[in-house]
Amino acid sequence: MKVKKNKPKVNLWARVTNPEDRHPFFDQIEKLFENKTGVAGLIIIALFALTAILAPAISPHDPDENSLYDQLKPPVWNEGGSTKNLLGTDDLGRDMLSRLIYGARVSLTLGIVSVGIALVCGCILGALAGYYKGWPDNLIMRLMDIILAFPYILLAIVIVAYLGPGLRNAMMAIGIINIPRFARIIRASVIEEYEKDYVTAARAVGASNRRIIFNAIFPNCLAPIIVQASLGFGEAILSGAGLSFLGLGAQPPLSEWGAMIAQGRSMILRAWWVMTYPGIAILLAVLGFNLLGDGLRDALDPRLRD
Amino acid sequence: MIGFIIRRTLVVIPTLLGITIIIFTMLAITPGDPAELLLGERATKESLEAMREYLGLNKPLYVQYGMFLKRVAKFDLGETIWTRQKVYIEIMERFPATIELTLAAMIISSFLGVLLGIISATKQYSWFDYASMLGSLFGVSMPVFWLGLMLMLIFSLSLGLFPMSGRLGVDTNLTVITNLFVVDSILTGNWTALKDALMHLALPAIALSTIPLAIVARMTRSSMLEVLRQDYIKTARAKGLSEVKIVLKHALRNGLIPVVTVVGLQFGILLGGAILTETVFAWPGIGKWLFDGVVKRDYMVIQGGTLLVATIFVIINLIVDVLYAIINPRISVK
Repeated sequence: MKVKKNKPKVNLWARVTNPEDRHPFFDQIEKLFENKTGVAGLIIIALFALTAILAPAISPHDPDENSLYDQLKPPVWNEGGSTKNLLGTDDLGRDMLSRLIYGARVSLTLGIVSVGIALVCGCILGALAGYYKGWPDNLIMRLMDIILAFPYILLAIVIVAYLGPGLRNAMMAIGIINIPRFARIIRASVIEEYEKDYVTAARAVGASNRRIIFNAIFPNCLAPIIVQASLGFGEAILSGAGLSFLGLGAQPPLSEWGAMIAQGRSMILRAWWVMTYPGIAILLAVLGFNLLGDGLRDALDPRLRD
Repeated sequence: MIGFIIRRTLVVIPTLLGITIIIFTMLAITPGDPAELLLGERATKESLEAMREYLGLNKPLYVQYGMFLKRVAKFDLGETIWTRQKVYIEIMERFPATIELTLAAMIISSFLGVLLGIISATKQYSWFDYASMLGSLFGVSMPVFWLGLMLMLIFSLSLGLFPMSGRLGVDTNLTVITNLFVVDSILTGNWTALKDALMHLALPAIALSTIPLAIVARMTRSSMLEVLRQDYIKTARAKGLSEVKIVLKHALRNGLIPVVTVVGLQFGILLGGAILTETVFAWPGIGKWLFDGVVKRDYMVIQGGTLLVATIFVIINLIVDVLYAIINPRISVK
């Protein structure tokens, strides 16, 4: 397809749709939309985010409203269920569906905050390590190794155990344990990009180190970061639910999916629905981010395929 | 090769020191008197005073850290607040249970994962491939504690096929030798106890194995797909070898190399996941002990347990790296 030369006006739509004119970023977006797993993930995440944002409008009841007469009502399709509480109620008569809807807010916040912490700290540390090399590199990467020396969720549990339980500390702990995954990727990409001509050119025109790192090198390392952020988001939701399940994350009466599973555990025989639905909610949300992460990986950076 | 092993082993030392620094700092920055944190609220004035002396609280921080290191080197991890027992004795009692659980989960995930991965790779884009890859996506997305509870609900509470929690039935007698109940019952030829121990082990091990299983299956599949495209596989086909022989003898050897690293890294997931799984199934191992310590705010337990689990993890990673270098000599040259 050739660019039409008789059109002097800049056509913004063509900048997005015309394969010859547009920024390479849009090529990758298009590839993402051709990728079925990526689109499936995107749809799940969009639904999840919409649920969280519109929670007050779409939830049938107040999630914290106790109801003495509606304790442990089963879901509507079970014997004894009613249309008043579609997914049943918990031991305090609170509506399960409303609590699940509000739980999406907590998980979304947790994901954004903890991945945000990990992303910002990881990018800065990784960029510094990769750019300056030498002792800063050694110091930072050894520090990352130490964080990675603690298996999976243990460090988060320990941090929360010392700082005290609560959603804020849990988000911080999950953020901290995820710093190394970003730092390592950024460091590797910065080292790779450092050798390229455009960095030398930037230095030749007298750009400062900070400008070279963040304006020149950084945009070229975005692909793996975006992939990691998506996968990390799902993992953060899982870890957060785990901490809340252990009673270290969100505290009652906040509707949080992990805490709801812990609450349902004691009545597993009498009311299976109290612990079953929050688990399905976690599963779907995390699945969405994993699907998107896989799709993004295929679209943005085929080298990263495992 | 030997140079690589020595270099890799030396790296462990700063990492282990780093772990002790983190554990030491956590206690130091926690608000409150460390002596009181370690002894609990009911401690007497004299014991608090003795603890302050023992920790060196009136000395500068670096001296305190030195004293802490010295105690750790002597395996002196203190006494727990609640049971007033030596921490290392409590650890020794519970550690075999965790080993038994993680090993069982590891066996399940490695064998099944490699098997699923091989079949998916040889039958790429078949329904089996799609099903197992979708299954593994679900596997990594599932909260392990929820899966444990669901298994418990379905297989032990509703169907009554498996016991609900613990390691052994109340009425089962077993002479304990290694404290690995499966091994003990085989050693003593106690077959009823073996059956009972395996039944108790089944659900927690399955729950714990899902995430690593999914990761191993995906890794094996992609690695095998890559290897099956190589020229030497074409040569083997051209020679007229059977497909089974090509896959199992020619492709698998190279295809498994990256999988070994993943199997090693699984231990981190398993040890971490053990905290959640053991709590769900009331499995009397390190994970549940550590969790109980966190709930009771028993800082001696938290310190000792964290130190132990992190150290084991570092050592396992070391072993995996060395093994990896042995089966794949290209890595040690880098």
